Amino acid sequence: MTKRRTWVYFIPYGLWLALFVIAPVALIIYQSFFDLGQHFTLTNYSTYFRSATYLKMTLNSVWYAFLITLFTGLISYPTAYFIHQLKHRQFWLLLVILPTWINILLKAYAFIGIFSQAGLANQFLTFIGIGPQQILFTNASFIFVATYIQIPFMILPIYNALDDLNPAFVNASKDLGASTWQTFRHVIFPLTLPGVKAGVQAVFIPSLSLFMLTRLIGGNKVITLGTAIEEHFLTTMNWGMGSTIGVVLIVAMIVVMLLTGDQKTKGGTPR
Amino acid sequence: MKHKLANTYLILVFIILYAPIIFLIAYSFSQGETMTNYHGFTWRHYQTLFSDARMLAIVANTLLIALLSSLIATLIGTLGALSITRTTKRVTRESLLTLNNVLMVSPDVIIGASFLIFFTMLKIPLGFGTVLMSHIAFEIPIVVLMVLPRLREMSRSLLDAAQDLGATTRQLLTQVIIPFISPGIFAGFFMALTYSLDDFAVTFFVTGNGFSTLSVEIYSRARQGINLEINALSGVMFLFSLLLVAGYYWIQQASQKRRHRKREVTS
Repeated sequence: MTKRRTWVYFIPYGLWLALFVIAPVALIIYQSFFDLGQHFTLTNYSTYFRSATYLKMTLNSVWYAFLITLFTGLISYPTAYFIHQLKHRQFWLLLVILPTWINILLKAYAFIGIFSQAGLANQFLTFIGIGPQQILFTNASFIFVATYIQIPFMILPIYNALDDLNPAFVNASKDLGASTWQTFRHVIFPLTLPGVKAGVQAVFIPSLSLFMLTRLIGGNKVITLGTAIEEHFLTTMNWGMGSTIGVVLIVAMIVVMLLTGDQKTKGGTPR
Repeated sequence: MKHKLANTYLILVFIILYAPIIFLIAYSFSQGETMTNYHGFTWRHYQTLFSDARMLAIVANTLLIALLSSLIATLIGTLGALSITRTTKRVTRESLLTLNNVLMVSPDVIIGASFLIFFTMLKIPLGFGTVLMSHIAFEIPIVVLMVLPRLREMSRSLLDAAQDLGATTRQLLTQVIIPFISPGIFAGFFMALTYSLDDFAVTFFVTGNGFSTLSVEIYSRARQGINLEINALSGVMFLFSLLLVAGYYWIQQASQKRRHRKREVTS
């Protein structure tokens, strides 16, 4: 009897699923088959796959997202590892999370000031004798700022993985005569790999679509998939082409999720 | 020796994490007009900020959207989490969870663009309503994810006992389930609030011309160059997020303490 009455509670959530999860995804796929004149065609896809510009842009976007993820990972893993060894680790972890509560645009804006012609970074370069450089609106500054913004999102899952790691494994490895490096290489790192994968997922996909950073920091030199979608939707009003790139981004996202998803079903039986 | 190296590394990372924020706030007190040389202390930019009627209206809009959307998202999300735990078939539950997570993993641009198509097809004029609906939409999954673990912790016998004692479905919900999962609901509400305050891309797509939130306003002002009023704004927002973090932390601690106390009582 209770069962029959409680399904009413599902209605708002069910409506949300239908209207804001299923419908939008269906609509973006549907829209990708329409050209500017609202005719049903496949031209968007053929243009996309035949045009060197679009393909180059996609490759560029993936390449930059890869670099951002790589640098984020290289910085975050040791950070998570060292924080995990600290005494008041919960407090330090909170300090890692705190910057994520600050609006991303304010952080980007801060870097406009730091990287400007007479900004802090150039003052430093002048001080050490290199002299002022053009820093803002370069690819390097885009990667730097994107990495800066993503670091906390990589540290958190790695930290959680380290926290889940049973210290008995580490002790056993040391007792059996492994050096610190060997323990890390063969015990700690493989066991915390799920955390790294979760971090890659959390960083790589957003990095493909950071359009505000390419505008404010990259000076429109780097065009990511996200910038291209924004441009097609809000500037040139070519929604069909924008949706096509959107579908490409969704496919890229699914590929990344499949590559980094946990492969529990695949062998890996605990021995 | 090795310890020292680790500490130096951590100090360096934390300096990099916080330098831009400190830099931003420090210059909000500078008498100059740019973020280059510090010209001495002043409250002037804060005065400009607090007398900027347009900016204040946008702040009010942003807070209204954040609070309203989080409240509604918390309500719908909690109901969703309740229905997900009630499902008996494993397949149904798994597919509901997968659908729930679609908006969690989708890039903001995709969410924004698809919502824009959606609203345009339904001929809903862009503005406050569409921004509110979009925020509710992308906040619901995080609420569900925050509430679900608490629901899983709840033991079946607790519900059976309540039912045996004659509780109606409504009583069961309001007097047993909701109090038990309330830490999850609060955590969900806070996460929804931060998601809303932090969002730029989705809002940017569905906001139209007349309506603006803080992120969108900062974006358009930052494109015009440095304006120390934005620095003052970031000072205020930093203070605000510190308060939010403190509030969130406090709720977590309180719920943990309560759990400990309960364990002491039961053991």
